[in-house]
Amino acid sequence: MSVTTQPPSGTQHRDADVDRWIEIHDLDKVYRPRKSAPVIALQGIGFTVRQGEFVSLVGPSGCGKTTMLKILAGLIPKTSGTARLAGEEIEGSRRDIGMVFQAATLLPWRTILENVMLPIDVQRLDKKRYRARAMELLEMVGLEGFEDRHPRELSGGMQQRAGICRALVHDPDVLLMDEPFGALDAMTREYMNLELLRIWRESGKTIVLVTHSIPEAVFLSDRVVVMSPRPGRMVELVDIDLERPRQLELMQSDAAGAYVRRIRKHFNAAGVVH
Amino acid sequence: MSVAPPQPATDVDQAPAPARSRFDLRDRPELALVPVSFILIVLAWEYGVRLLDVPSFVLPPPSAIWESLVNQLQTPRFWNNLWVTTQEIIAGYLLGVTTAFLLGIAVVQSRIVEKTVFPYVVAFQTVPKIALAPLFVIWFGFGLTSKILIAALVSFFPMLINVIEGLRSADQDQIELMRSLDASKRQIFFRVQLPNSMPFVFAGLDIGIVFAIIGAVVAEWVGARAGLGYQLLQYIYDFNIAGLFAVLVVLAVMGLVAHSFIRLLQRRFAGWTETERTVGA
Ligand SMILES: Nc1ncnc2c1ncn2[C@@H]1O[C@H](COP(=O)(O)OP(=O)(O)OP(=O)(O)O)[C@@H](O)[C@H]1O
Ligand SMILES: [Mg+2]
Repeated sequence: MSVTTQPPSGTQHRDADVDRWIEIHDLDKVYRPRKSAPVIALQGIGFTVRQGEFVSLVGPSGCGKTTMLKILAGLIPKTSGTARLAGEEIEGSRRDIGMVFQAATLLPWRTILENVMLPIDVQRLDKKRYRARAMELLEMVGLEGFEDRHPRELSGGMQQRAGICRALVHDPDVLLMDEPFGALDAMTREYMNLELLRIWRESGKTIVLVTHSIPEAVFLSDRVVVMSPRPGRMVELVDIDLERPRQLELMQSDAAGAYVRRIRKHFNAAGVVH
Repeated sequence: MSVAPPQPATDVDQAPAPARSRFDLRDRPELALVPVSFILIVLAWEYGVRLLDVPSFVLPPPSAIWESLVNQLQTPRFWNNLWVTTQEIIAGYLLGVTTAFLLGIAVVQSRIVEKTVFPYVVAFQTVPKIALAPLFVIWFGFGLTSKILIAALVSFFPMLINVIEGLRSADQDQIELMRSLDASKRQIFFRVQLPNSMPFVFAGLDIGIVFAIIGAVVAEWVGARAGLGYQLLQYIYDFNIAGLFAVLVVLAVMGLVAHSFIRLLQRRFAGWTETERTVGA
């Protein structure tokens, strides 16, 4: 069940500081819709992510988590401030990231395997070589036998898992995941958490994950960025000092419980029940 | 046009039980209702006309229409007319929908083309295109050309509107996904926008063929020396109403064949556009 096929490693970035692999400084984002008032989605955001670090963003709905990820992916421009990745200002689309979207966003006219292979197709990588990897990833998320089905034949959670495979298939340096496990049942979710940790440990990827679940953020991350809404600000940066590798039992420990309570406190104070 | 009855949702994995097979009349009552109602209508027509003594130049009985049809099918003149009209329809249709498809792409891809072309499209859309048929006959003569151009013109607009609408309907999330993979504009077009437009394109193709048939027939009325529309007019002058009905039957069959062919293409090349297998053909 493990993904062993390692594709050729991506381009090496020179001159980049591994301690500031992702560097966000004093970042603002204002949406200016054509027909309504401007929306301040992010204000004064600043954090750094080391190469190979696992960072989660948590916060109530509408606090700008998706906006933050899209800026990191180069999908939307920031309004002001600094956003750097691997030593360069983020200016547009790039190939060293893999993104899992909040909605699975599979292309309905492609089979599941063709959907997973989309990055390979778009970036003109060696199809034969990556096909085996795509199949292994599908097997890992429990979708073996579904590779020739079309998305409409799969449940929402299954589609979301296919979307995760698609983000991983071209072995990007940085994984940006927007609530990847939102549509999954508790059992599958725990299994996927463990698999994600294993992939992360084996590949050394840098991961930024958005989640609504505070325990999940604590369990997975090295650090948790806690955000509050309207306008989206950072309220705390929590270092999660729990030993690795982590097992599910860890969540029963007092230390983990203390982190969860500490983060949850922010939301209760804001009147948001989570 | 028949409307598919609501159906119980069936699991894809589930083998269909015999009682719920495709041809179960409880699931697809139209399989029985359409032929039965057709026979009833034909019978009512046949005996109604006879009982009420309706003169056959007003409404001939179905048997007379059938007789006329069988007779026509044995004349070389009929086959020649059929061939002429078929050529007009196919050539005009292909010309119309191809031009519309390419122009639609250009409009969506380029702001300048959009701003330049759109006012004309909107203005032209309200003009009854078919009313241009006399003009086209004066300009391009009594031959095939004027009919082909009218058929092209009338099938052009529904196709153009559908192509533009279809390309624009592309899901914003899907485009964002492609951009996150560093896809080129061209890749986004071929991998997302074009496939997304397929349901619209096929709707345009389907409406277009009906319009092309109407266009060719009406253009023949205005001025022609052959064709099914021309034949229709001849029968009217001769008060041969049974013959006229027979031609109408032929035109209806042509429309049905063309429609089925387009549905077949859709199923073959854009099968995913059929969300449910329950949609009646
Ligand atoms: N394209 C847009 N145009 C205008 N406003 C937007 C746009 N996208 C997001 N916003 C606004 O920006 C704010 C942050 O949105 P964002 O999607 O980043 O929130 P989120 O934290 O991901 O929420 P959720 O947890 O519900 O996914 C919201 O107030 C939202 O209304
Ligand atoms: Mg979001």
